[in-house]
Amino acid sequence: MKTEPGSGSCIQQILQKKAQPVRRDPAKAPTHDVREELFELEARGELIVHRVPEPYLEVQTKFGRTKKIPVEHTWHHKSCGQCGHIPGYSSSIVWLHRQLGLDYVDPTDQTSCTGWNYYASGASNPAAQTAVMCRNFAAAYQAGYYPLIHCGTSYGHYKEVREELVHHQHLRDEVRRIMDKLNKPLVVPEEIVHYSEWVHAMRHRIAERQVIDMSHIRACIHAACHYHKIVVEDAIYDPNILKGERTAIITGVLQALGITVEDYSTWFDCCGFGFRHILVERDFTRSFAISRKIEVMKREVNPDMVVVQDTGCYTTLDKSQFIGKAHQRDVGIPAFSDAQITALALGAHPFRVVQMHWGSTDWRPLMAKLGIDWQTYKDEFDADVEAIRRGDKKAVTWEDCDAPVVTKTK
Amino acid sequence: MRAWEAGKQADCYPHVAREEKERLFREIKDDERYTDYLYGCYECGICVSACPSARFYNYSPRVIAQAMAREDTDRVYEILIEDIWNCAQCFSCTRCPRQNNPGGLVSIIREVAVRNGIQETRDVLQGYSRVIYKVMLKGNQVSPDMLQPEFFADWGTWVEGFTKNMREWRRAIPLESLRGVTDASWRTDHKTLVELYTIWFETGNVELIREVDEGLYELLKNTMEEELEDAEDED
Repeated sequence: MKTEPGSGSCIQQILQKKAQPVRRDPAKAPTHDVREELFELEARGELIVHRVPEPYLEVQTKFGRTKKIPVEHTWHHKSCGQCGHIPGYSSSIVWLHRQLGLDYVDPTDQTSCTGWNYYASGASNPAAQTAVMCRNFAAAYQAGYYPLIHCGTSYGHYKEVREELVHHQHLRDEVRRIMDKLNKPLVVPEEIVHYSEWVHAMRHRIAERQVIDMSHIRACIHAACHYHKIVVEDAIYDPNILKGERTAIITGVLQALGITVEDYSTWFDCCGFGFRHILVERDFTRSFAISRKIEVMKREVNPDMVVVQDTGCYTTLDKSQFIGKAHQRDVGIPAFSDAQITALALGAHPFRVVQMHWGSTDWRPLMAKLGIDWQTYKDEFDADVEAIRRGDKKAVTWEDCDAPVVTKTK
Repeated sequence: MRAWEAGKQADCYPHVAREEKERLFREIKDDERYTDYLYGCYECGICVSACPSARFYNYSPRVIAQAMAREDTDRVYEILIEDIWNCAQCFSCTRCPRQNNPGGLVSIIREVAVRNGIQETRDVLQGYSRVIYKVMLKGNQVSPDMLQPEFFADWGTWVEGFTKNMREWRRAIPLESLRGVTDASWRTDHKTLVELYTIWFETGNVELIREVDEGLYELLKNTMEEELEDAEDED
């Protein structure tokens, strides 16, 4: 490109190019397609590839390849942090499936991927990590359901482990020996699918059921590092969302719900979770979360909420704000997952389903802005809790909360 | 801990034998992921600009890639002793234009540090032992009953409120596998946990814990062995 010094034409050309959506040709992808390698291994009798069941939806990934997202018949591979500390996150994902009448299973034959522990302590090894993954995948395969991964770290970790398994014969041999001992087949899914990819692929179908108007809501999003920075080619990109320069995840569904997604200068930054840090060295976690994420969002956008797609990001961005407030820092943005906001948009009970009482940041101003009379639903939930405490009610069940409850505002 | 001094040449651990440093470096380099994670370094610093830990610690993913590429065993030893636990394992550093993965290199070095029972690593992981116990025995990384005010005071008054209501709140979750469970994230079948214990033993992961915490190792080993024996008797 020939340019005149100082004419600005070079800069204009760059700006023009940057203004165009990024469209990538899969034939020019810089990485191999691991699925082709999996099928080759299957043809050699080394492993079984668990096919994505029909019906499925097709989406584009970072290098323009097509990825299949199963609509139903899914095995909900749960997340340690979501189930332990943010149960409304998991409940919301499943509630959405129930709303759409989709077949799924909530397994108890599942362990943690143990990736959080690995990234925190290094106290494991590739054989153990791979065997844990393959045991869970075999359990899903034997149950006849396709794994839908709830956790961003499980998703990233499994992709990393899959690379190792595909490329190292001795690792396959070792893991096969262990699977034989467990009387399980060596199975790897055709696609590793994160729940937020399901939410993204289903967003238009979901939006048809929206009852809460969210067109006046402004949000910042934070995409999980382990979603789009590990084995990057599996993450969903769409030239029509953020011009295809960044992953379309979260932004796509929020836009489908009518929410305005605002940019901020530290979009790419990690939340500060740190794996070991969040558990035993939180001075780092909260400092980073406050100064590089929450305060930047506040200063540049002042959004109504921050929406995430992973366990650790939710915990970090939600729980770190208390100490920021105590130190008069510029904080105060309620945190939600895409699944929770989507469930709210469809009229889910804010406490029985979305379980907002597990959140630390103040969600009340957002509820007021959405026109949701949260106090009424809180009173209902408190009555549930008291009835459980007295022994008059055993538990809250799906029968208590399957039906959307929030009054139509759209 | 002594601050990192950029550009310093001195051997900060002269009392550690060169053979020992070289042995540890060889162990790192022998990991089959090593060549997938290191391709050289432009010294452009993109990894540093993306790295959260570089903003808060004397820590640099670029230095890690550089020291590895130069096979600077003194510097690699320092990294093993002083730096690896600062990494947040977010992999923001994979923005590297040379496709280096400094976070992945840190994972390998951490594994070597654990395997070799490096005292500084044992010290760092001391407060983390209860989490290793949880994930290896219960098959979950965290649980509701870990949320106690003395451990999570910085999360505010919410934790205290939660502690008072934990049992009832856990029963008030519609998702069946979570409902009422307080000592794990979800209900896991006993058979599934026995399979998990088998994996830990078969892959040498139980023995590895001995290098981190002898007491924890004994506890995990005995408990899991008992469960495996019971499962065999049932069969």
